[in-house]
Amino acid sequence: MDIHEYQAKEILTKYGVKTAEGGLAYSPEESVQRAREIDGNVWVVKAQIHSGARGKAGGIKVCKTHDEVRTAAEELLGKNLVTHQTGPAGKVCSRVYVEAGMQIVKEMYLCFLIDRSFERIVMIGSGKGGMEIEELTRTNPDAIKKIYIEPAVGLQDFQAREMAFALGVEATQLSHAVKAIRGCYRALRDFDANMLEINPLVVTGTGELIALDAKMSFDDNALFRRHEIAELRDKTQGDHREVAAADYGLSYIGLKGDIGCMINGAGLAMATMDMIKLAGGEPANFLDVGGGASAERTERAFRLVLADKGVKAILVNIFAGINRCDWIAEGVVHAVRNIDMQVPLVVRLSGTNVEEGRRIIAESGLPIITAATLAEAANKVVQARNEVIAEEGMKKV
Amino acid sequence: MAILINESTRIIVQGFTGKIGTFHAKDMIAYGSNVVGGVTPGKGGQQHLGLPVFNTVKEAAQEVGADATIVFVPPAFAADSIMEAADAGIRYCVAITDGIPTQDMMTVKNFLRRFPVEKRMVLTGPNCAGTISPGRAMLGIMPGHIYIKGNVGIVARSGTLGYEAADQMRIMGIGISTSVGIGGDPIIGSSHRDILERFEEDEETKVVVMIGEIGGPQEVDAGLFAKEHMSKPVIAYIAGLTAPEGRRMGHAGAIISSAGESAAEKVAMLKELGVTICPTPSAIGDTVAAVFKDL
Repeated sequence: MDIHEYQAKEILTKYGVKTAEGGLAYSPEESVQRAREIDGNVWVVKAQIHSGARGKAGGIKVCKTHDEVRTAAEELLGKNLVTHQTGPAGKVCSRVYVEAGMQIVKEMYLCFLIDRSFERIVMIGSGKGGMEIEELTRTNPDAIKKIYIEPAVGLQDFQAREMAFALGVEATQLSHAVKAIRGCYRALRDFDANMLEINPLVVTGTGELIALDAKMSFDDNALFRRHEIAELRDKTQGDHREVAAADYGLSYIGLKGDIGCMINGAGLAMATMDMIKLAGGEPANFLDVGGGASAERTERAFRLVLADKGVKAILVNIFAGINRCDWIAEGVVHAVRNIDMQVPLVVRLSGTNVEEGRRIIAESGLPIITAATLAEAANKVVQARNEVIAEEGMKKV
Repeated sequence: MAILINESTRIIVQGFTGKIGTFHAKDMIAYGSNVVGGVTPGKGGQQHLGLPVFNTVKEAAQEVGADATIVFVPPAFAADSIMEAADAGIRYCVAITDGIPTQDMMTVKNFLRRFPVEKRMVLTGPNCAGTISPGRAMLGIMPGHIYIKGNVGIVARSGTLGYEAADQMRIMGIGISTSVGIGGDPIIGSSHRDILERFEEDEETKVVVMIGEIGGPQEVDAGLFAKEHMSKPVIAYIAGLTAPEGRRMGHAGAIISSAGESAAEKVAMLKELGVTICPTPSAIGDTVAAVFKDL
């Protein structure tokens, strides 16, 4: 789960990381009010969306007057921002963060994340921060310092110092830098974050060390014990279908195609999508219904898939282990009757109680197309989809 | 031979008396697995499914000589249960639990590394379907009837895709020595490579099928091992050729993960390493049959 910059900064401030003075605003008037509360004559109005690369997308505006702050907020609020990390749909900006402008002497990069192959937290830093950090990984990987942290003992001061020196921090700022680095590590551990990134970490004209931006991303599996983080979820930042799916414990990702998918297990779901593509179709979604697919859950999953109006045909592929094919079949039949489905449905069942499951579908009298194998299922659903498209074409003529 | 488990493996179930633990314990017993008891703290001394319940894994190891365990404990307590098993001297642990926090798994792996290799518990999972040596023992939640006994080793990240592979082989009359689900979580007990090492040493296993997916470097690591240390053919299928690129928020992921995370990149690298690529998920059975023919 991701959170906004201002939320990450609130957390980090409590851990001894210095940030610029700032305030949150939901309207242009509020933005001006926030600017008035902050001393100085330069303000930065920042769109709060769950994405990096906001600057390049016009989501960060430097303002010299209160009027400029108002105009900037007017432009950003309600706007859909498209960055190279959001995908073409972009993300809507419903709040802005107004911050004191800073004179920047030096930009650095600092990040903590869980390295899955080393099974440790790694701290990554560079004396060259800012927007070109990705470029730097390609052109000059040696300019990036990586320090692995032993889980049992945690981050040590000597490691924080090593990183501070690698960042090029002056001796006079060393203790501040060590405090900030340790604070970041503590915040990551205390809140079960997967990732914490400060880009840039800056030295200001007055010699202060400030986190100018902050991103944090949290382990969904740990939210049960991090209620204060779970409460920060901003549902406007996710695809509404994905948010609805998450509410029901289903894993859904919207895609560009028109063949709806409902599958148990993430691996089988990906494999089935691959087969659809090989058969000449395009999946409309990734949907893992998981184990224990009850009739109710199956119906919810169907409604979710059908909420995408572009769906022309649906493929259900279930390999029952914990599930039983007869339960799934009953769920499918029940859902089809309840929903009054207008698009063709292909069902492939395999595994536990498969004969019983197939019998239930056959005896339902519903126009459900069945398939025995993965290849057959993919071919049949693409064919069904093509027939729907052809029919629509005929109607238009 | 098979790997990890066989008919003489003495199995306990952690989270034995819970609904899920009970359901799958029954299933494993019905399959013929040598289940010798279970652990539910606070219910020690009771009988469940005709077997003794213990308060601690240590008691179970002492009283009934347990050497393998399967964990059905809820996510919040699962890491603790895995470490308890390791501490009690259990040799092999399958963690079924889905949803264990990543930092908890970091602690588990660190804890396991404290033991010298010869005393270290082998862990597969979490978030996996378990392990089955057909006709001998099932330590998992898979539908046992789709696996027939034979000479193909399967190692898969995904549970259901592993079933798909076994089922395609069953239809063609090809059997399995052992099938191991390693799980889909970011931090897992054993990697593809760890399991390939075991299959290489197992006389019964003639061919290995590795079922991977997008993300992480472990399939390519396993391919490197296969090229340098394996005499047996390895067949791989990588799911997710059509998967959308992972959406990320910062630069962090891009910095840590060098090239080779996408399915297409993995397939290209594995091919170069001499691994036979299974082109589609429906061709796993056919590909294995073709490789067998050439043996």
